Amino acid sequence: MSSDTFLLLLGITLMYSTPMVFAAQGSVISEVSGVVNIGIEGMMTIGAFTGAAVGYFSGNPWLGFVCAGLAGAVFGLIHAFASVTCKADQTVCGIAMNLIGPGLALFLSRVFFDGATQTLPVTNKIPKLFGRSGLPGSLNNLNVDMTTVIALVVSILMCYIFYCTTWGLHLRAVGEHPAAADTLGINVYKVRYICVILSGLLAGLGGAAMTLAIVPQFMPTAISGQGFIAIAAVIFGKWTPHGGYLACLLFGFAQALTVVLGGGAFTVPSEILAMLPYVLTVLILILFVGRASAPKANGVPYNKGSRV
Amino acid sequence: MKKILSNPFVLTVIAIILGFVVASIILLLAGYPPVESIRTLVESMLGRPKDISSVIIRSTPIIFTGLGVAFAIKTGLFNIGAEGQYVMGCVVATMVGSMLDFPKPVAVIMVLASAMLVSALYAGFVGFLKAKLGIHEVITSIMLNWIALYFSNWVCGLDFFHKHGTIGMYPVNPCTYTMVLPAWKRSEEGQAFLAENPILKETLGRTDVNIGFLAAVIAAILITYLLNSTRKGFELRAVGQNIHAARFAGINVNRSIVHAMMISGALCGLGAGFYITGQSPHTVATLSAFENVGFNGLSVAFIAFSSPIGCIFAGLLFGGLLYGGAGLQSKIGAPTEIINIVIGVIVFFCALSYLIPRFAERMEAARISKQRRKKMQDQPDVHP
Repeated sequence: MSSDTFLLLLGITLMYSTPMVFAAQGSVISEVSGVVNIGIEGMMTIGAFTGAAVGYFSGNPWLGFVCAGLAGAVFGLIHAFASVTCKADQTVCGIAMNLIGPGLALFLSRVFFDGATQTLPVTNKIPKLFGRSGLPGSLNNLNVDMTTVIALVVSILMCYIFYCTTWGLHLRAVGEHPAAADTLGINVYKVRYICVILSGLLAGLGGAAMTLAIVPQFMPTAISGQGFIAIAAVIFGKWTPHGGYLACLLFGFAQALTVVLGGGAFTVPSEILAMLPYVLTVLILILFVGRASAPKANGVPYNKGSRV
Repeated sequence: MKKILSNPFVLTVIAIILGFVVASIILLLAGYPPVESIRTLVESMLGRPKDISSVIIRSTPIIFTGLGVAFAIKTGLFNIGAEGQYVMGCVVATMVGSMLDFPKPVAVIMVLASAMLVSALYAGFVGFLKAKLGIHEVITSIMLNWIALYFSNWVCGLDFFHKHGTIGMYPVNPCTYTMVLPAWKRSEEGQAFLAENPILKETLGRTDVNIGFLAAVIAAILITYLLNSTRKGFELRAVGQNIHAARFAGINVNRSIVHAMMISGALCGLGAGFYITGQSPHTVATLSAFENVGFNGLSVAFIAFSSPIGCIFAGLLFGGLLYGGAGLQSKIGAPTEIINIVIGVIVFFCALSYLIPRFAERMEAARISKQRRKKMQDQPDVHP
């Protein structure tokens, strides 16, 4: 493989994985605190719409990016209220988020954009790392979006919080054994609320990373499965921030491979090629990863005073 | 009071009412008349005999996927792969149905059986990986959903199956149709008969009335029987409720997981088979995104609180809302996506609904303790 192809692969890998990295970090923080958030997909969609719409009307992509995070956080708050305070079934509630998120995004899109299910393209996308001029030659493949860098920083920050801070220890304790954490004076509800809201925030940012950096607008297919794949990536990465990040990279790499191979001299049907990332994931799971080890209290609402 | 409020049916009705309340608020904020919108929605769902017939037809595949998901939930599995299983069922039914030329009942049974078998194996694979290797069923299901989508598109493009000038495959042969009297209603005799019966003309004549709904009802009853009255059903539920206890009791847990997934997948496949054989265009087209029949099955199962019989009604509601939503957009101009919001809010409140009996309980307890306190105050202190 020539170095050009390698750089191209790397660039596409990073590009494709970015929205999923945000979503995966969102998923990991929620699940480790013990709240299943299957509504990531819906939260990404509402973020994707909010980001594109605010970016279009204000002309400022960063404002759109922040608003997308806030929109996701509102959904996170609703999910937290239902699953922490009301102790509702978290999976059911997440599925509801997946219905309401895209429903609301498309509804608002039709209201604000004259009945169209897609927004108009934003004038300013989120800038690239090395600006518009970029790098010379094929090195320019590494001129990634700023969101890619932010995703990496967020992931490193998450690792730091998880494993090097007291709060991270609290967070993991809450997900493993909330009653024990409670006896130590950790406010289980508060930790879970913060985590689920952050989860929505990150998912919203992931959505906007799609519609403000990769494509310049929101459309119904902008978020099609990335949220679910992020959830899969977290399980794949054994519920750790770095594992989730690497799983997203792997998935992005498989997608990049389909792009690069598709353009080459191979005569593989494009549909078969498109299956590659998913087949690869299943194969790797079978061969290397094996038994899933979820946080023990994942998905179980905590009742103060209960013993488990 | 508490007894009434603990009834799942009552809870669902409350959730549905709240769903419409939230939707009205959103419609109002967006500048559409809420009351008129909801009236139009209901009218487009139930206004004419043709609409009722269409709603039933539209609901049929969703009831099947709902049944599949509900069955999996009862056995402790989350079958988010219903979508992929349904897609596989559709594509295989079309492949088999377009090649077959047999007498009617044989052809129909072969198509339905092949769709069921493939979907069951597809789901069974997920169950197998979970049982043998401990791989979470959600992650493999999500991957298999996408693989099914691309597989379907690949088959659509194959020379052997692709119908030129369309984006889909050759439709299935008429010998596999599961509509009610498809040939007769187009014949002269049939047309003459329908002309005299306006209601039948509108329903049977104008829509693809098929036996799928009937089959869904039978399937729901059979599944209920299987779960509640057979040894197998008991084993499957036992594994769902406490896997360790089930293993200790001597139940083959691994086999149960695989079987439960296979039955769940078979139901999704059967829905796909009835969709292909019973509704135009009787074929599969290239898909750019999921059609959500399987994902909607998840919502149906949740709204029905995983009761198989409940899935029939939840599926009808869901199909009705989807069908009526189109009418809402054409008549009022309100975006049809409001339907997804309504359904989402209904599912959301179904998740919260168990709070209602608890709330009633608390109210009752407060009332009783208040009465008791009053009694104590009224009575003079008898103790020295």
